[in-house]
Amino acid sequence: MNQYLQLFSSFAKIGSFTIGGGYAMIPLIKAEVVDKKKWVTDNEFIDFLAISQSAPGILAINISIFIGEKLKGTKGSIIAALGTALPSFIMILLIAMFFQTFRENRIVNSIFAGIRPAVVALIAVPLISLSKGANLNRYTSLIPVISVLLIVFLEISPIWVIIAGALLGLFHYFLTKRGHINNNKKENG
Amino acid sequence: MIYLNLFITFFKIGLFTFGGGYAMISLIQNEVVVNHQWIDAAEFTDIIAISQMTPGPIGINSATYVGYAVTDSVWGSALATFAVCLPSFIIILLIAFLYKQFKENKWTEAALNGIKPVVIGLIASAAIMLVTPENFPDWKSWIIFLGAFAATWWGKLNPIKVIVAAGILGYILY
Repeated sequence: MNQYLQLFSSFAKIGSFTIGGGYAMIPLIKAEVVDKKKWVTDNEFIDFLAISQSAPGILAINISIFIGEKLKGTKGSIIAALGTALPSFIMILLIAMFFQTFRENRIVNSIFAGIRPAVVALIAVPLISLSKGANLNRYTSLIPVISVLLIVFLEISPIWVIIAGALLGLFHYFLTKRGHINNNKKENG
Repeated sequence: MIYLNLFITFFKIGLFTFGGGYAMISLIQNEVVVNHQWIDAAEFTDIIAISQMTPGPIGINSATYVGYAVTDSVWGSALATFAVCLPSFIIILLIAFLYKQFKENKWTEAALNGIKPVVIGLIASAAIMLVTPENFPDWKSWIIFLGAFAATWWGKLNPIKVIVAAGILGYILY
């Protein structure tokens, strides 16, 4: 089979069968591209994953672009990303076409009335493990609190808050780096 | 020009999403519900529920849905989905090119360290902003919220089962 077609069908398969978003996709992507097709090695995959997580955008799309690029250049990356996105695109498009009329239905309405508060809980739960994993101290734990105040109460775009966070990180690194140089100078002098 | 607006909005969302799908919810919500008012908070919550139950990344799912809801056309759907992926292409292809430099860059790492605690704030904001009178009309919805929270956190129940159970409860209670 043509390698473009293989790329497309592999990623379309992954896109069609992973429910629950990017993180649920990772083990499937690994099984397909590392273990089965041997397109990338274990180490390469770990690198791709780490960079995809730090780059902006949708995780699954980022990884498929990486793997497609490695195999077949820019064209390969387009094919792989298309494979990942197309199954959900088609399914959601069909739902979108009918859901707005469907929503008026009394039964559908009561089902979704039950689902909505549960969705809020599903978003709130990962906050606990994320906060534990982030190793926040007395000062850095203020950052999420201030972010919430800015976004929820002052209606400032999350984009500005993200940019501010990045600048804060850079500033902190700049200060500690300069601190090191100063300390070294003192030690040497 | 609705198509241009849609493109710019989802391009921005794709460009500034760090920290995965849940962090993305806050960005999409701010743009789509608060700024442009293309859909309301209840419909947005429904999209998240549908995204959780259907395959694929939530970013793709919401772009596809909102694109259609706003323009009533397949083209709007395709445009929004393309726009949300485009920044990834530009950035990942650039990184693939400058692979080594990116991997070992201390400044990139420092910026990402600053973003990490912000991501927690983004997800918390998304949850708080979904606590609206439409999503929580009465005490029964708070019971469902607490039940879903406990089932996910202590019971380690997977999200699909939680949504299905909540749907059944909704059907019985409302």
